[in-house]
Amino acid sequence: MSRTRTTAIGAVTVTLALAATACGGGSATGEGSNDSPKTLTYWASNQGPDIPADKKILTPELKKFEKQTGIKVKLEVVPWSDLLNRILTATTSGQGPDVLNIGNTWSSSLQATGALLPWDEKNFAKIGGKDRFVPAALDSAGAEGEDPAAVPLYSMAYALYYNKKMFREAGISEPPATWDQLVADGKKLSKGGKWALGAEGANLSNNIHQIFVLAKQHGADWFTADGKPDFTSPGAVAAVKQYVDFMAKDKIVAPGNAEYAQNQSLSDFSKGKTAMVLWQAAASTFESQGMKDSDWGVAPVPVASGAPGHGKNTNSMVAGINMAVFKNTDNLDGATKFVKFMTSDAEQKILCKAYGSIPPVKAAQQDQSFDKPELKVLRDTLAKSAAPLPRVPDESQFETAVGTAVKNLFASAADGKDISTAAVKAELAKAEQQMNKQ
Amino acid sequence: MTTTLDRVPGPGAEAASANPAGRPRRRRPGRLRKSALPYLLLLPAVFFELLVHLVPIVIGIFMSFKKLTQFFIRDWGNAPWAGWDNYSIALDFDAPAGQALLHSFLITCAFTVLSVGLCWLIGTAAAIYLQEAFRGRGVLRALFLVPYALPVYTAVITWVFMFQHDNGLVNHVLHDQLGITDAPSFWLIGDNSFVALLTVSVWKGWPFAFLIVMAGLQNIPRDMYEASWLDGATMPQQIRHITLPSLRPVNQVLVLVLFLWTFNDFNTPFVMFGKAAPESANLISMHIYQSSFATWNFGTGSAMSVLLLLFLLLVTGLYLLYTSRGRRAADA
Repeated sequence: MSRTRTTAIGAVTVTLALAATACGGGSATGEGSNDSPKTLTYWASNQGPDIPADKKILTPELKKFEKQTGIKVKLEVVPWSDLLNRILTATTSGQGPDVLNIGNTWSSSLQATGALLPWDEKNFAKIGGKDRFVPAALDSAGAEGEDPAAVPLYSMAYALYYNKKMFREAGISEPPATWDQLVADGKKLSKGGKWALGAEGANLSNNIHQIFVLAKQHGADWFTADGKPDFTSPGAVAAVKQYVDFMAKDKIVAPGNAEYAQNQSLSDFSKGKTAMVLWQAAASTFESQGMKDSDWGVAPVPVASGAPGHGKNTNSMVAGINMAVFKNTDNLDGATKFVKFMTSDAEQKILCKAYGSIPPVKAAQQDQSFDKPELKVLRDTLAKSAAPLPRVPDESQFETAVGTAVKNLFASAADGKDISTAAVKAELAKAEQQMNKQ
Repeated sequence: MTTTLDRVPGPGAEAASANPAGRPRRRRPGRLRKSALPYLLLLPAVFFELLVHLVPIVIGIFMSFKKLTQFFIRDWGNAPWAGWDNYSIALDFDAPAGQALLHSFLITCAFTVLSVGLCWLIGTAAAIYLQEAFRGRGVLRALFLVPYALPVYTAVITWVFMFQHDNGLVNHVLHDQLGITDAPSFWLIGDNSFVALLTVSVWKGWPFAFLIVMAGLQNIPRDMYEASWLDGATMPQQIRHITLPSLRPVNQVLVLVLFLWTFNDFNTPFVMFGKAAPESANLISMHIYQSSFATWNFGTGSAMSVLLLLFLLLVTGLYLLYTSRGRRAADA
């Protein structure tokens, strides 16, 4: 009896603990082929207000492609919260789509996995050549000095969106061009339950986009030339402090924004609760939330000198979506054709118009429909004063580590704590150590 | 991670009900008894057990000895061997990674003890109160089970809305209406997030305790209560000397299951806090997720998983050993 029981206990123990910690895996490293030339699977990122909207925009275009080539494209729109994990899983298992959208900031990290088809001269030739694309957009498609891992599909840049009525009521005649003006205007705007600036304090990627640009303005980069993390340089610390201080010291960001991660700051803007947001291509969201185009204005993101440009006058990251092909696709020719179709001048105009983004294809950019004031600002920013996020394999880890550090600092600021330079530096040092553990 | 937990009560529950009617077990004589039939019948189950659990776990253990970063995930069989490196990173408590793991482990321990304790206490109290027949008892029983029946995501996201700083119901009640707090509190970031997480966990977990204890209570003969009542026992005495000892076998299983569920809970913190949980609510499963998925270092993540597995094996083994000894002593 005793032995049976001991055995039983052993068995139960093992089963329980195993059940509790199961994990998994798989592997596939096949190279591309043309075994199934009639179908493609396409993972699109969520670009419209919601997933059904994306399907509605993309389906007619995919039908057009099918008519032209006879290739049927199976579409899946993947929400942003799942996309990177889905791609990682597909990379590990080899069970993925043929063609997919990636956030352009992930390009270098995903390139390092070797799962994506490199776009060398030969492949670019198949879609009309490298020269068709805006250089800044191409820069954000992979690590420096390597063939891009993807092709730019939609481009975006950051701009300052402001509520015209709130500005008028506060007696402010034009949008701020420098940070000092922004803070001064902000203090006029932040009263009576209303606030000057919106932030997404708990959204890691958004934090990164903001502090990346601010660090540029302080003359700092987040990685050294040989790709090592460098998070605690004086410029980096000053940049993060400046961003968090909008809430902690200047008090022009509502403390509640510290927990925002689902674009609540855009809803606040649409409801007239905040007067400004720093955002990329926000027009369609404002419209879907019931704001008229005449209610808001758009201006370049401020820089200290007031004149955006390169280097310390950078005022946006190169934001956007790239299109990549999984190396082990079983319809390599079809996938290339599909990329060619999606980046053709005609499709670029249709798709970018629908999504409110800027075409990374030069010829398509010249279309009149991109001459609206908002898109003009975004286009100019992209062409003249935007820089790609660090083009290193560790970029994705950087977003998580430093994005979390900024989130934590916002949490402290919201709690009423003073954010000292030392506190910022300590938080960033912690983030840097996380990167080094590999 | 939670897919197979329904199997958990199996063996323990069998021991718990311990053949109450005392029916003698009859075995059919003949060749069948000695044959392999029982084993053959078990075979499919064993096969799927291997497939679903053991194989992935073995792969996980294998991965924990690899240097599995983004450079190798596509062909992870060929990732370089890391030896014990991943383990030494995880267990070096002087370095940041080890410190963070230890911190997360301690948070998880505190969280688990509080959550399991409160779930058990509330569940048992509710079950005992609902033992007496009264009008509306059925409705109440059904109502109490609602949190357990709701899909986790729906339930937790509702809590997230309630815990919001600006428009949340919790702040509205605590601050606007009752005036208990001076200013609206943050529940989803900062130190309060531990309390928020605990609240949701207990809210979600206690109905299970209630359900199991309620089932256990049905097995206690009513004449024991009547006899004790005649001897002048008060209700607290009855609970202490009749109810709780009779529930012992049920509680043993219940606490173990709650412990494993709570210790490993991933869904609740993930839905509440997203990829980066606040430090005060950084449960170990979240921490492992972050160490593998967010930083793309699957080797270290696997090593941490294996350590977690070993810890849970140890605790579960000791617990079962201890409780079964106790039971044997009580039987004797």
